[in-house]
Amino acid sequence: MVVRDSAVRDLPAGSVPARPVGEPGRRVEARARRARRIREYLLFAAFVAPNFLLLAVFSYWPVLYNAYLSLTDWNMISPVINVVGLENYRDMFTGEFPEVLLNTAIFVGAVVGGSMVLGLAVAVLLNQRLRGRGLGRTMVFAPHVLSGAAIGVVWVFIFDPNYGLSRAFFELLGRSSPAWLTDSNWAMPALIIVYLWKNAGFSAIVYLAGLQNMPKDLYESAALDGAGAWRLFRSITLPLLSPVTFFLLVTSIISSFQAFDVIAAMTDGGPGNATTILSWYLYEKAFTDFQAGPAAAGAIVMFLILLAVTVLQTRYLERKVHYR
Amino acid sequence: MSARLRSLALHAVLVVVGVIAVGPLYWLFTSSLKTNSDIYTFPLVWWPSTLHWENFAEAWHAAPFGRFYVNSIVVTVVGTVLKVANAVLTAYAFVFLRFPFKRVLFMVVLGAMMVPGHVTLLPNYLTVSQLGWINTYQGIIIPGAASAFGTFLLRQHMLTLPGEVFDAARMDGAGHLRVLRSVVLPLSRPMLVTVTIVTLVAEWNDYIWPRIVTNTDTMRTLPVGLLMLKAQEGYVNWGAVMAATTFVVLPVLVVFFLAQRYVVAGLTQGAVKG
Repeated sequence: MVVRDSAVRDLPAGSVPARPVGEPGRRVEARARRARRIREYLLFAAFVAPNFLLLAVFSYWPVLYNAYLSLTDWNMISPVINVVGLENYRDMFTGEFPEVLLNTAIFVGAVVGGSMVLGLAVAVLLNQRLRGRGLGRTMVFAPHVLSGAAIGVVWVFIFDPNYGLSRAFFELLGRSSPAWLTDSNWAMPALIIVYLWKNAGFSAIVYLAGLQNMPKDLYESAALDGAGAWRLFRSITLPLLSPVTFFLLVTSIISSFQAFDVIAAMTDGGPGNATTILSWYLYEKAFTDFQAGPAAAGAIVMFLILLAVTVLQTRYLERKVHYR
Repeated sequence: MSARLRSLALHAVLVVVGVIAVGPLYWLFTSSLKTNSDIYTFPLVWWPSTLHWENFAEAWHAAPFGRFYVNSIVVTVVGTVLKVANAVLTAYAFVFLRFPFKRVLFMVVLGAMMVPGHVTLLPNYLTVSQLGWINTYQGIIIPGAASAFGTFLLRQHMLTLPGEVFDAARMDGAGHLRVLRSVVLPLSRPMLVTVTIVTLVAEWNDYIWPRIVTNTDTMRTLPVGLLMLKAQEGYVNWGAVMAATTFVVLPVLVVFFLAQRYVVAGLTQGAVKG
């Protein structure tokens, strides 16, 4: 009896296998089965409840709460909260917000594009038969796991125009070092360099894993057909890597939009607004200026952008990307 | 180009890449051992003329780093335990227990990954202060104790476990908690270690949330304390500042070298298998 069999399997510890046959026996069995199922439901609920509760309160609720706060001009102290409608969103078109968005675009574009290109180059290098490439792998990845706050402090010292590595480097070029962090033209490049240094290794290791999964036979037959190394790279490697590229694109966009700790260590968003990207702007509006409305509106903008990125990626992945 | 020359050139490039990657760390560690006269000079001093360990003592006394360490350890350990426990229990429930609308519920877990942490800062700060948790360990830990990505990874792994083992254990009369402890967890060990180590590193490095929910010296974690030092004194005494930075970086670096395989696997997860 198939049904009986599965029922026995679901028996909880210590219970006696159902033995009676016939009407009353079957009813007893059905009731026992229902009791077991309810116990399982309850256990499921108990197992997932803490996680769901926390996700609801600290991940989902914040989105709604932000949406509400973005319609107010609350100063984070007053007991009365004024609803002002879309004013905070209208204000985004004037004032400093356009500049903040431009900074964000420059920063994210440079960090994402740069770390992917550098990462791919390093991955191709590490994929060659080289002595010490295992060590190279470790060294390249190390910056990625370290605290951004601490790393930022180290780079402030490196960028010091008088006593930092930067001075020695520019001396080689016969120039004096720019005053990176106090010069509004150089502060953003400095920040981008640090994030490239921190993130390129991650892209490299992810690309490397992709390269090592490549089917050897495809290369062999293409090489037999007389394709050169560059040709092989362009028409086989890159297309086959496209899922990896998409993964990296999305994860790096999401993480660089939220870049914060290195900025806190290096520039505090300055000089002026030179390195104020959206993430820093949100923080300052809320926790320095106590303007919940603009902060929340900015947060909603960030949420929508990143949501669009994720959704676009899923859509695109389904259609375009080369799967094997 | 001959093969020899090509290999030589590639090795040279590898060396350059390696130097760029760890050069700043070399600079950090050597500078933490330099006297001021080694630091404030040009041409640069590449190796300290004497090993000036006093920088570490000086840094240690410049701010309550002992306290920061305790805070960081408490927050990291408790935070990781809670997060991993949530991930394990949720993953187990979704794989091995019956419940109506499991699919939809799982989408709810995954959906949480769509909410970037940075977007939640202000509302979570308000929630935490409403709860009276500003300047407390629970204030730092609890909002991050849920697990979406870890749950996802562990669930994927548990789905690959052979059903027979599970059935056999259940047939022997083992309850779910025992099956979880003595069958599923041991079989999920690599994934569990991966999730744990990645969480440890992330919690240790976390900066913005502990910064927002604490406002006294006694509750700061290491990264927050380090940057507080900067806010108070500016970057003046580089030797001591580099020593203080070493306090923050060294534990993670050690973990990374000991458990590199798991760190790399955890952080790059989902990329290739996708």
